[in-house]
Amino acid sequence: MAIDTQARDKALASHSQDELRGLHHLMLLNRRFEEKVGEMYTRAKVGGFLHLNIGEEATFVGAIKALQPGDYLFSTYREHGHAISHGVDPRRVMAELFGRVDGTSRGRGGSMHLFDGEKRFMGGYAIVAGSIALAVGTALASVYRETNEVTMSFFGDGATNNGTFHESLNLAKVWKLPLVFLCVNNQYGMGSAVERVSAVTEMYRKAAAYDIPAERVDGMDVIAVLDASRAAAARAREEKTPYFIEAVTYRYRGHSMADPGTYRSKEEVEEWRRRDAIEGFRHRLLEAGMATEQDFEADEADVARVVLEAVDFADASPEPDPAVELRKDVYVGDVPVSWR
Amino acid sequence: MGQMTYREALNQALREELLRDETVMLMGEDIGLFDGSFKVTQGLYKEFGERRVRDTPISEDTIVGAAVGAALAGLRPVVEIMTINFSLLATDQVVNHAAKIRYMFGGHATVPMVVRMPGGGGHQLGAQHSQSLEVWYATIPGLIVVAPATPADAKGMLKASIRDDNPVIFIENEGLYNTKGEVPEGEYLTPLGRADVKRAGSDVSIVAHSRMVLLALEAAGVLAKEGIEAEVVDLRSLRPLDVETIRASVEKTSHAVVVEEGWGSYGITAETAATIYETAFDFLDAPLVRIAGVEVPMPYNHNMEQACIPTVEQIVAGAKKTLRKAAA
Ligand SMILES: Cc1ncc(C[n+]2csc(CCOP(=O)(O)OP(=O)(O)O)c2C)c(N)n1
Ligand SMILES: [Mg+2]
Repeated sequence: MAIDTQARDKALASHSQDELRGLHHLMLLNRRFEEKVGEMYTRAKVGGFLHLNIGEEATFVGAIKALQPGDYLFSTYREHGHAISHGVDPRRVMAELFGRVDGTSRGRGGSMHLFDGEKRFMGGYAIVAGSIALAVGTALASVYRETNEVTMSFFGDGATNNGTFHESLNLAKVWKLPLVFLCVNNQYGMGSAVERVSAVTEMYRKAAAYDIPAERVDGMDVIAVLDASRAAAARAREEKTPYFIEAVTYRYRGHSMADPGTYRSKEEVEEWRRRDAIEGFRHRLLEAGMATEQDFEADEADVARVVLEAVDFADASPEPDPAVELRKDVYVGDVPVSWR
Repeated sequence: MGQMTYREALNQALREELLRDETVMLMGEDIGLFDGSFKVTQGLYKEFGERRVRDTPISEDTIVGAAVGAALAGLRPVVEIMTINFSLLATDQVVNHAAKIRYMFGGHATVPMVVRMPGGGGHQLGAQHSQSLEVWYATIPGLIVVAPATPADAKGMLKASIRDDNPVIFIENEGLYNTKGEVPEGEYLTPLGRADVKRAGSDVSIVAHSRMVLLALEAAGVLAKEGIEAEVVDLRSLRPLDVETIRASVEKTSHAVVVEEGWGSYGITAETAATIYETAFDFLDAPLVRIAGVEVPMPYNHNMEQACIPTVEQIVAGAKKTLRKAAA
């Protein structure tokens, strides 16, 4: 993607200093939070599958910052930062990863299943493409109730090869739903590079089959993602129509902690790290005189505090007691049968 | 004979069948360049190339459907679905298509294919990644459903499944891949549809499949120290079910414990229990004991999850219960 620096400068200048500083803080918080989670996994505080989103911060922070309170967000198993960016308390996220009762899902969900209904973070799901259909449903409810809400659905490049993805796009268009499809194209689904499994390698072009307006943005540029997402959300909200954004980004770490990463070269990973979203954004802020090195240091100190508080909170939260917790909530209310 | 893991045994079976029969080909998500998410297909892409070992998009329903079609055209596709949880996206092709075609078309078509996939829990993967759903497939006429517990059976049954002319659902278990055992070298086939007595005993029959067989054997060891000789019947094949081996065992022991990792209601244990009551009621000295997973979506928290999955202790206690001996 050729970068037009003049246009980029202009885009930056159209945002308030507060907003820019906020974007930096949030990206940094997610980066440090995720690094800490990785560490906690190696110390066996976190179990199961762990999918880190380090490298993708500009994509999800930019996209989610385009949403308003009351807007629905659906996500995948790579969702810690998606939840936090949508207002979910980092302490409760960490507690969930630790499997504790103060976690967002009372320790029953874990890394792949965060949830916060109050914030309308509608969940992380571990079945690829499954949650895209759910997003059609909340968008339907918004139209049905004649509210002004928008739904945003996060999914990966790999998910676009699944039938549910295509059926969801079609239905959202047929029913004219206020839904922003947000494809996080990190260029791999597990070990499969996009071009090995997808007939069309630019994901946004798939939306054309359903006559959904779509664009591709640099997912390492938080402003580009934010501006595109804001415009898309505004259109979805006003015109009651789906919109599609593809953000091209990269995950620095393996698919999960178990991934040796043999399917891509070290050079490729290094090349993308050189385009790091946070580093790049800092340069732009400095150049534009919107922030100083001291500001960044202050942010570092602040996010370090938030992350530590999250760990302390999670550590202090009790483990769920199977005798009390195990059979609760399988159904709503007391089910008058004995099941095994 | 050589010692190898369950994973290596599967790999060897796939490799031998690929070498033996040109019509055998593999399809699945990340089974090639990535060597498989559980490394069962390790090295096969490199050795056989992408004509025979095909990476697929994340399109479960269509992968299985394409396998059904390829089988109709005379190939013998072996599909890997990453885990049984994702096979739910392909149930339409498995149940409405693969299982129906031969009968529905008057016996004029065959669908020689295998769908391999691991099930099971215990790894803190949560509700959407920890299920044991083999019974779903075992209820369907037209499908063969097998679930080997040992490396030897894994190899022998996979080779037999690939050569079978019916659609075979081949259930593995994430907790078995690293387990080791003796595996005969070279041409080694285990017939489908036959249970196997993995340990002979005279006092109580423990009937299980897949990973639960290992727990049953461990429980038998514990019971032996207390003078109770348990017979462990490994079902291996869930459909067709080897009724005669189950019946004969219960005739001998007069007591039965049936075990499964998944949910028991309407489950594999429901079927084996009914089989025992139908065929061996007169030999039973006491009601049988059923042990299965706690009927909740699998929780992530370690203690909660462990509380859901049957244990050796439960099997031991179950055996004592049906033998009417109070647990110590
Ligand atoms: C239906 C289904 N099939 C397979 C899997 C296993 N799986 C988990 S993540 C993944 C790759 C998904 O890639 P992508 O959509 O690009 O998202 P990313 O992991 O890159 O964020 C696969 C194949 C699954 N969870 N669900
Ligand atoms: Mg991806």
